[in-house]
Parts: sequence; C-alpha cells; structure tokens
Amino acid sequence: MTDTTAAPPPDVAKPAKVETPFQRFRAEFFESTIATVALGVFIIIVLLAIFAPWITPQNPYDLAQVSVMDGRLPPGSEAFDGYTMWLGSDGSGRDLYSAILYGLRISLTVGLASGVIALLIGMAIGLIAAYAGGRIEAFIMRVVDLQLSFPASLVALMMVAALGKGVDKIILALVIAQWAYYARTVRATALVERGKEYVEAAQCLGISRARIVFRHILPNCMAPLIVVGTVQTASAISLEATLSFLGVGLPQTEPSIGVLIANGFEYMLSGRYWISVFPGIALLLTVVSINLVGDHLRDVLNPRLKK
Amino acid sequence: MTVFVIRRLMQAILVVFLMSVIVFFGVNIVGDPVYMLVSPDADQADIAAAIRRLGLDRPIWEQYWLFLKGAAQGDLGDSFIFGEPALRLILHHMPATMELAFSALMLAIIIGIPLGLYAGLYPDSGLSKGIMASSILGFSLPTFWVGLMLIMLFAVELRWVPATGRGDLGSFLGFQSSLFTFDGLSHIFLPALNLALLKISLAIRLTRAGVREAMGQDYVKYARAKGLSTRRIISVHVMKNIMIPVVTVMGLEFGSLIGFSVVTETIFAWPGMGKLLIDAILQLDRPVVVAYLMIIVLFFVLINLIVDILYSILDPRVRLQDQGA
Amino acid sequence: MRKLTAATAVAFGIMAMAAGTASAEKLTIGLASEPTALDPHFHNLGPNNATTLHIFDRLVDQNEKQQLLPGLATSWKPIDDTTWEFKLREGVKFHDGSDFNADDVVCTIERAPNVPNSPSSFGTYLKGKTVEKIDDFTVHFKTAEPYPLMANDISTIRIISNETGCNATTEDFNAGTAAIGTGPFKFVSYTPGESIVMARNDDYWGEKSIWSEVEFRPISSGPSRVASLLAGDVDMIAAVPTTDITTLEGNADVTLSQGVSNRVIYLHMDQFREASPFVKANGGGDIKNPLMDVRVRKAISMAINRDAIVERVMEGVALPAGQLLPEGFFGVSDKLEVVAYDPEGAKAMLAEAGYPDGFEMTIHGPNDRYINDAKIAEAIAQMLTRVGIKTAVETMPRSVYFGRASRGGEGDLPEFSFILVGWGAGSGEASSPLKSLIHTFDADKGFGSSNRGRHSDPETDALIEEALRTVDDAKRQDLLAQATERAIENVAIIPTHFQVNTWASRKGLKYNARTDEYTLAMGVEKE
Repeated sequence: MTDTTAAPPPDVAKPAKVETPFQRFRAEFFESTIATVALGVFIIIVLLAIFAPWITPQNPYDLAQVSVMDGRLPPGSEAFDGYTMWLGSDGSGRDLYSAILYGLRISLTVGLASGVIALLIGMAIGLIAAYAGGRIEAFIMRVVDLQLSFPASLVALMMVAALGKGVDKIILALVIAQWAYYARTVRATALVERGKEYVEAAQCLGISRARIVFRHILPNCMAPLIVVGTVQTASAISLEATLSFLGVGLPQTEPSIGVLIANGFEYMLSGRYWISVFPGIALLLTVVSINLVGDHLRDVLNPRLKK
Repeated sequence: MTVFVIRRLMQAILVVFLMSVIVFFGVNIVGDPVYMLVSPDADQADIAAAIRRLGLDRPIWEQYWLFLKGAAQGDLGDSFIFGEPALRLILHHMPATMELAFSALMLAIIIGIPLGLYAGLYPDSGLSKGIMASSILGFSLPTFWVGLMLIMLFAVELRWVPATGRGDLGSFLGFQSSLFTFDGLSHIFLPALNLALLKISLAIRLTRAGVREAMGQDYVKYARAKGLSTRRIISVHVMKNIMIPVVTVMGLEFGSLIGFSVVTETIFAWPGMGKLLIDAILQLDRPVVVAYLMIIVLFFVLINLIVDILYSILDPRVRLQDQGA
Repeated sequence: MRKLTAATAVAFGIMAMAAGTASAEKLTIGLASEPTALDPHFHNLGPNNATTLHIFDRLVDQNEKQQLLPGLATSWKPIDDTTWEFKLREGVKFHDGSDFNADDVVCTIERAPNVPNSPSSFGTYLKGKTVEKIDDFTVHFKTAEPYPLMANDISTIRIISNETGCNATTEDFNAGTAAIGTGPFKFVSYTPGESIVMARNDDYWGEKSIWSEVEFRPISSGPSRVASLLAGDVDMIAAVPTTDITTLEGNADVTLSQGVSNRVIYLHMDQFREASPFVKANGGGDIKNPLMDVRVRKAISMAINRDAIVERVMEGVALPAGQLLPEGFFGVSDKLEVVAYDPEGAKAMLAEAGYPDGFEMTIHGPNDRYINDAKIAEAIAQMLTRVGIKTAVETMPRSVYFGRASRGGEGDLPEFSFILVGWGAGSGEASSPLKSLIHTFDADKGFGSSNRGRHSDPETDALIEEALRTVDDAKRQDLLAQATERAIENVAIIPTHFQVNTWASRKGLKYNARTDEYTLAMGVEKE
C-alpha cells in the first residue's frame, strides 16, 4: 500500500537532488525501528490471515470439523481429531489458533473493505466539492460537518440496528460512519492546494478544472488520506469488536476476532483465560501495529515536524 | 446574525426530518417486536390484538405519518416496553449519561494534558516513549475488556470502589447529581475512567503534537533568545497557544463520549440513556430508538450552532455564513 | 487470571466477615433483567411478575415448585360444572391499613386485562371468566365450559386495592402512590434502570421476612453481575452465567443455589410442508421434506448426545430431557425415558427411511434468549453432521428470530425448517406446553399458538382437549401424561434438556431455587 501513492509534494526548490521523493520517504519511514517492526507485524498478520486455510488444523466454520466435546480445552490439549490445540479451544470447541486466523480474515476484510470503500466515496465527494465550489461545496461540507458531529460509534450502532446483522451490513454501517472523515481530509487539502501559485498558474494557462483537480490536487491529497485511512481502518476493526460485544455485530457462527473477544468476555472471570486473552492479543497486535504505522506515517509526511 | 441562526435552524429541521425517515424505515424493517412483548402463553387472538394495539397492522407509510403527526406536537410515541412516552424515558436517563461523559472528559483533560506536555517536551526520554506506547494501547484496547479489568482490579481485588451502579444523588445549586456525594463519586470513578481512556490517549497525543510544533516556532526561539526561563516559556507562551485548540477538540469529543457510553454503561450497570438505547435496540423498542436518534441529532445540531456563534463572537475574523470558503 | 481469582477469594473472605454483621438486615440483590413497571397488571413478564410479588399477594400462591398453595384465598373448589368458589382470607390489611375483601378481588379482575398500553396483557388468563361477589369473603368465578385450570390461571393475578389501585394508572404504581398491596414488602422507591427498594411489612398476614429492607439492582451483563457479588456490592445475584459456575463453586465465600426450571429446550421440525425451505438434498437440490417421516425425526433424536450438551455446553448445569417438563410436575409421564445417544442406530434409521447418505438442513436458533442457546444449536448441528445430516447453523437475536420463526414465511407461516426453542410452563403443569406446542395449530380455539413445526395428530389433540375439560385432578393428570407419551412417540418435538437456574450469594445466605425462575427476597435465607 505504500509504493504508488505516497508521493509528497514535488519539491521544486532542489532540483539537483538525486533521490526520488519515494526513496526519501522510504528512508525516513524505516528510520524508526518501532514503525518498521509494526509494519512487519502487520504484514505477517495479513499473510497469516490470507493463508489461514493452509496453515490451520481446523476450519472453524465447518461443523463437521468442530466438536463440542473439544470445548474449553486449555492450551496444548489434544483435539478429538488428533491435532494439538496450541492455544486451547473456545466454548463451542473451535481450535482458537484456527479460529483466530479465520477471524482475522473477517476482521481485516471488514476493516479494509469499509476503509477502502469509505475512502473512495469520501474522496469522490471531497473532490466534487473542491471541483464544483460555490453552493454545491457549501452544501456538501455542511453535510460532512453534520455527519462528523455524530460519534462514529453511534452512527454505526444505529445503522446496524436499522440494517441487521451480517458482514455486508457491518461494512455498509462502517462506511456510512466513516466516509465523512475522508471527504473532509480531501477537501481540506484541496483548499490548501487551490490557493497555491502553481494552481493559479495552471488556471492562467487555461488548463481545465477537471485536469487541475485530478492531476494536481488529487495526488497531493494522498498523503493525508493514507494517514486518515490507517487510523480509520484500525478504529473500524475495534468498532466491529465493540458492536459484537453489544450483540449487534457479526453472526456468532462465523466469528470475527471481535466476536471471539465478545464471546471470550463471558469467560473472563471463569479462569479459562485463553478464550478471551488470545483473541484479545491478536486484535491488539493488529490494531496497535496499524496505529503505529499510521502514527509514524503522519510524522514522516508532516513537513512541519521536519528537523 | 438572525438570518444565519434562522437558516441554520431550518437546516437542522431538515436534517432531523431526513434522519427520522432513514431511521424510522430502517428500524421498522428489522425483526418483529410483537414476539418480544407478548407472553408465550398468549394465543393467536392475543397476538393479533397486540399487533393492532402497536399499530403494526397498518402500512409502514401510515405508521410514519402518524409518527410525524405526533412528533410535530412533541410526542415521539410511547415505548413498546414501558408504555411511557419515549421522550420522557430518554430525558429521565439523560442526566446519568451526561454526568458520566462530563466526568470522563474532565479526567481525560486532567490526566492527558500533563502527560502530553511531558511527552512533547522530552520526546526522547524513556518515560515519554512509555506514555506514547500506553496511549496507543488506550486507543487499541476494546473498552469493554478494559472495563471488566478495571472492575476486577479496583472493585474486586483492591475493594477501593464499588463495581457497578450509580451512587446516591446530591443537590448543589439546584442540580441533582451523583457527583455531589462521596458515594456517588466512588461509584462514578471506574466507569468515568473506563470511558475516559480513549480520550486520555487523544489528549496526550494532541498536547504532545501541539507542544512539539510550538517549540519549533519562532516566538519560542525569540523568547529563548530574550533569556526567558524554560518554565516561563512553557507555562506562559506554549501552554497559551496549545490549550485552546486542545480543549476545543476535547470539548468536541463530548459527543463521542456519549456514543461510547453505551458500552461503559452496559458493563458498569450505569442507568444512563446509552444502556436504554442498547436495550431498546435489542428488544426492538422502536419508538425509543427513533426518539433517541431524534434527540441526539437535535442535540448535536444545536451544539454546532452554539459553537459557531461563540466563535464569531470570540474571533471577529470568522464571519457567520454558510457559504463555504 | 487464575491467580487473580484466588487472591480475590481471600480478599473477599476478609471483607465479607467485616461486612457480614453490619448489613445483615438489608439485602441487596443483583438481577439480570429488571421489571418494566411496578404495575402488577402491566406486563406479563417474568421479572415483573417476580418483583410485584413482593408488594402484592395473589389469591392462589405457587411455592418454589409451582405447586398451588392458599394465598389470599384460603380454599377453592368447583361447586358446579362451570363455577369455582374461592373463600377469601379474613383479617388481611393493605399497606395503607384498609381491609382486604371481595371488592378488591372483583375490581382487580376487572382491571387486570384492561391496562392501557400494556405490552402483554393478563387477559390471556382471564378470557371467558367472570367474577361475582357472593359476600365479603366469597367470590365465584364462572366459565362457559367446564374449566379445570381455574386456580392456576387465578394464581397469575396479583390483587390490588379497590380504593387505591383499581383506578390508578401504571405511572401511579411506578411512583409508589398506587403500589399498595397486602404483600410481605412495602414500596420505598423505584428508579428504573437503577434500583427498586422495599421495606418489610411488619403487619404481614403470612410469614414475615427476615430482611428489614430489600434492594434490587439490575446488572444485565453477566460478568459484571458476578464481579458485583465478588466485590461485595450485592449480597446475591440471579442468573449466574454457566461459564462462571465452576470458579464460583471453588470459592469458599460464595454459596450457589441451584434448581431445575420449568423450561424445556427443544427442537421443532417442519411437519407441514412437502418442500421445506431449509431442507435440501445433498448438493443443494430440492427434496421431499424428510422431516415429515417419523423415522427421520426419531433418527435426529437418537443422533443428539444430550449428555454431551449438558456436560460440555451447559457445564453440567442442566438436565437431559425426555419429555416436556421435568419430573415432579403435574401431568408428567413416568414411562418416558431420555432418548439414548445412538449415532449408529440413527444412521441405520435414516437408511431405513431412505436417506442412507443423509441430506442437508439448516438449524435456526436465537442467540440471546436461552442459556448458551447459540452454542447448543452449534453442538446439535455438529452431532447431526456427524451422522450424515449436513446441518448449517444460523442464529440471530431473539428480536429477529421469533418473528421469523412464527410467521416469517410465505402466508405468515413459520419460515424455518428446523429450530431450537424453549418453553417455560408458566402454569407449572403439562397442559401448558401440550396446548401451545403440540396441539394442532388452531387460531379459532387458541390452540397450538407456538406450534412452529405444525405437528398435527388428531388423537393427541383429543387427549389434550379432554384433559382441559376434566376437572378431576387424577383423571386429568393421567390424560396429560398420555398426551405427552403420544407426542413424544410421534416425535412431535425433540426435547433436549431442562434448564437449571443458578443463584449465587455471599456465604451465609442461600436461596430456595424456584422452577419459575423468579428471584424473591422471601426465598433468601440465612444458613
């Protein structure tokens, strides 16, 4: 997700420099050990999720492979079908290691899909605002302001209450809860860029508005969008877990990480720590790594913090 | 100014109306409240009577029309479950949520800003790194998980404070709140802390970012050059410049605190409107869900309006107009 | 976490000793779900019925096993085919000092079915009954047909005062001005969502409570409820989550009180559609509904390992079920055994019915209604899948589930093919499940209202209807048992287990567990 999009504004003042902006960005990013490690962890998590079916002993969604007789076994126990449950099993007899990897698939899908869709919609609306200007812009921005004045958690909760359960519905709810953040970001950047001399110059040269928006304004929005995107993706994953805890999230039979944690909540006082702790750690690692990467991206991409 | 306010109020009414359409129709296609209400012993005739009584036998547009007619007169319908006006029910639960959100906001500011200041001034110290790492944890840990951990630690293990519930009410300047009694404060401490966690992290990060930015600014360099003590530079110049944006942003987070109070109230059995909302959603008490949303929309629209007006009074450069820049 | 709980136990012990003597008179109870009103006729719902029972009495009482006992009526008997005579207790006073007499009964019976805005009316129990005052302490209840369950029905109605209650609104009851009964406790305060406080009625006509004051606090989240008990916030909690029972059992400072409930968890199977929407041939093609074949239903019953459900899913806190009510209830058959787990037999039976390779099916169930409901549905699907009936699971919140399960399909018919449901016999005897679950669906007569599989057997119906006309207890008991046996033989439904309810209290207290799942301060005793 880094190589094509993250170009900072071209620096006209130092044409002599050999480094491309991307190389400079990369060098600065990997300066931080924490961010590098976080990125590594996140990539590993994504890979684990993608390859879950090939590296887990059990498909936790296939009831022929799950047996309630295996329920609540502590870590390291042997399952009915002969393999070892290194992280133990949950109340329904799902091997937690398998369930966590499969759950990550769902949670990451929900987080990334809602993030990408919200980003595209938000970007489009933000650009339309920036392109059209005038009354249309004023109207769009009022809607965005209004939406932003509502807590995303409440918007998502309301949407799920109105839409019902299911992966598609959760994604839709999260998109509705999040698009405005992107729209605002795009429009704010566009405002800054529009006031810059090169845009004025382009306008004087008679370059069309559409071209200015797409060739000049859009690329400059990318950096802040990525930062917002990481934070929003992480918060979408957490939000999904919270909705599941409240009983309005994803269905229980095909648990996401959020559902696993919500189910594990019941076991927190029962002494069977593994049922809530391991999915919790998985969620924590995912969200923290995304947040750390996002945090560092912000520092790297924010020119005002440059030494 | 008057024109501006009137225009914004018209917009508010339009928004509330649109929201009511979306939520009313949305909520009304999910589930079947009749079976949530009638006793299992009820026979077919009882069930049919319950459907008629709730007006669910009418077409949905007619139900909506009746709702609108009532809403125009300030009647948002009766709760299916409590039989009381939904509006009254929500207003009844509102003070508990407000005092919880307010306490959480105060905690976030009191705890978050000093920590953020430190982390911003000494970005490379170990403690700062620890603070920043914890703030990321604060962002990432699920609220409900932390909530139960807080109960286990402070209520069950250490027994410093009660685990759940709201304490005795006290009266001060005509206000009734559990913040005015010791029992009340001991009850609100854990839920407020739980709710504040996310915002403490936010306050730390905002303050840190503000401080780091300010320290590089010219006025700080000049102040240094002038020979002012570091303490004075920070307490007078830096703080003055960062406090306003930080406190403003935190104030705007009040809404999100109300949103997240749903989780905290569930865990701490806090009798607020968040708990009322989640119960209403789970039990399909449609009038309460719709009324809650109407109230929240109105609430936020009004807050926005007030903030805009205040800005224009405080900062003459800001003009009240709804045309974008 | 283990360490934490062990340390907790020690801390708890010390504190409990310190606190035990000081607050001995006041009892604080954490409830899982709170009443929706203090008006005893507003909402026919478990928590309401339990809470109002502290303030109000009923003519006929039910003990913890739901057997009928004299309450405000000292005796009752049928005096002809359609009339029951109730003799009322003399010398009983309401909390405001006024006397209890037949006028209170008459006005109560008039008010109870007609409370405005009532979500679930008590009219269900009073339909077709008229009341008549004979003298101050005698009333007659009349029906059009002979009716044996008069006392059971009357035991659902709490008696209010004709002076303060009968013209009062639900709000008056909630505010306390009308919450004036004859019961063992008096209203003190009611804050919805927060607490209900009551004080002992020192002039109570029956056994007076040992508690001078009782406070009920709703704590809906299970772990939070347990934590509140461990923290000493409350003296007792209802509805202990099964997940925490093992730990609490090991905690010397907590006493658990358990008892079987009147609630059976069972499976309904589509027995009325030739093509059932959620039953498919292997590979997904259409198939003639196999659930119509009694052999298939039997095979399903044999494929279910009830002991495993009890041990693994319910953590031992349930009883395997072979019929509609646990033993000891009126109308239960003593001939029925729990169907033994026999996967090989189930496979053979399926082959005999023409499904050697099984078929595909979906089990639907709620996920927030019964104890561990979603997990049970999953366990059953696993067991059926292992004998060849490839079963998918779909669980949903009860708010969505019951509507769809009852009338979500075409023509307002039940939508699903194979569902997990529960039934609590409010009347405490077998006619309740037989009438609603087993009898043919018949809207005109009010039978089979929860018969979501639409099982229909004229002979069973005749037995049930006859029982409901038979006033003689011994004969009726026999008829109910026969109807149950026939229903189980035809596999009208498949009972899996009876729920067992658990209350937890601080050491030194215990609760007389009730089959009706009520949490009553009157049942909390010192050990």
